[in-house]
Amino acid sequence: MHRKVALLSLIVVVAILIAGGIALMADEFTAKDQQRWQEEFMSVVQTGRELWVSPELGANGVACAQCHPNAANTHPETYPKFQQQLGRVIALREMINWCLMNPLEGVPLKLDGPRMVAIEAYVAYERRGVAMAPGKH
Amino acid sequence: MEKSSLSRRDFLKSAGALATAGCLPLTTVELAFADQRKNFTFAYVSDSHIQHIKGSDFVRNWDRGLIRAVAETNLLTPKPDFVVFGGDLAQLGKKSELDHGAEMLARLNNKVYCVMGEHDYYLDLGEYWSELYGPHYYSWDHKGVHFVVLNSILTYDKWTYERWPTAEQRMNEMAGLDNPNGSPFMVGKKQLEWLRQDLAKVTKETPVVVFSHSPIQKIYKGWNFWTEDAEQVQALLRPLDDVTVIYGHVHQIQYNQIGNISFHAVMATAWPWPYPESYAQAESHLARLTVPMNRADPFFERDATGWQFVDMASGRVAMKYNLYNNTNRVVAYNPKTGQPEDTAYQDSGQRVSPQVHY
Ligand SMILES: [Fe+2]
Ligand SMILES: [Fe+2]
Repeated sequence: MHRKVALLSLIVVVAILIAGGIALMADEFTAKDQQRWQEEFMSVVQTGRELWVSPELGANGVACAQCHPNAANTHPETYPKFQQQLGRVIALREMINWCLMNPLEGVPLKLDGPRMVAIEAYVAYERRGVAMAPGKH
Repeated sequence: MEKSSLSRRDFLKSAGALATAGCLPLTTVELAFADQRKNFTFAYVSDSHIQHIKGSDFVRNWDRGLIRAVAETNLLTPKPDFVVFGGDLAQLGKKSELDHGAEMLARLNNKVYCVMGEHDYYLDLGEYWSELYGPHYYSWDHKGVHFVVLNSILTYDKWTYERWPTAEQRMNEMAGLDNPNGSPFMVGKKQLEWLRQDLAKVTKETPVVVFSHSPIQKIYKGWNFWTEDAEQVQALLRPLDDVTVIYGHVHQIQYNQIGNISFHAVMATAWPWPYPESYAQAESHLARLTVPMNRADPFFERDATGWQFVDMASGRVAMKYNLYNNTNRVVAYNPKTGQPEDTAYQDSGQRVSPQVHY
């Protein structure tokens, strides 16, 4: 009896695997998948936009958008680059934290935290269509 | 972040430097104008965006910009005939912000004429600003020049009076430059009629200078570098021989010539704004004539901010940009070409790399 149940379960599992086989293949996806992934991305962009205009991100009520409307003049396509004022090559997120600490008089974000990723996503999204130019000044 | 604290010391050093009058480019070029009484200068300070944090705390960076402009303006020799403040004295139109800004402006040793900015207006529709500075639009004559101040940051009544549940929200929505919930600026029918009547008293030969907060031309609607009824204002100015429009709001060097009208923008004392062309998704109509200001270096907090010294000796405007951390610029009307031009960088061969914006 016990064995019968086990065998039946195995058959069911195998049947599911065969029926859903396509979804389990790593390198194939559907338009629906793409749509979902895009939606996931855009919701993070939206979070980034909310942080960008938020007076709460820093400590003095100043928002990123006050100097960078639509994230303009942030040049994400040029990073990593030699930030001459710091004397070394840095990633965009280090510059984001620099702004957070200086004009916004606040505390830096965790470099791999969700808020930093959201801000980067927003900045990059506003710059879509522009060619990569790492190191450019 | 050791380097960063070094930079902070540099900020302090450069802030201290303002006390040294010797650094200032104060020489007035006295053009030999037939009527000496016509030679005069005025100063133009704009967009200070004094921002209240809480209690007695204000954003230090913006405070410093205005304090410096006032201190330097007071050092000018010869003394300018008056000072214009070009709008956006406050960030969110609060009484505390207008009071704090007004206190700093009160240190000017000159008569001050004020222009309304959207950041001064959309909390209480200019009521408290009026208590400090009087009517929202007005005109006067000075040494043969007719000056007009317009309130160009009005918008559709529906947006102003019906759309927002609170005055605070209305102010916040208009304060975001790139906020899609904003609304285009305009002068409006009532003021256009007032301007028509005001200009009817002015002879065709009288130089006219108009001060507005927004550009009375259409550059980029997304950031309100724009006045919806610009063409109607321009039409009223068209019959005159010499017209100059000086505007704030854009926080950057811009200039243009449309028919008989010369346009000059002024710098903010608070922070610079990017040129619309540096927003990859925007279509900008910035005049090709404009040689941009240098790209701002954020590590110098006063870079790409400043104030202006305006020479009226030619009956037209010579706009001298006093830039705190950068080479000063002069944009003056060139009678040979009939347009404002940068006296050093107009020729494309003279441009420097930081003037390239992308
Ligand atoms: Fe402004
Ligand atoms: Fe403004």
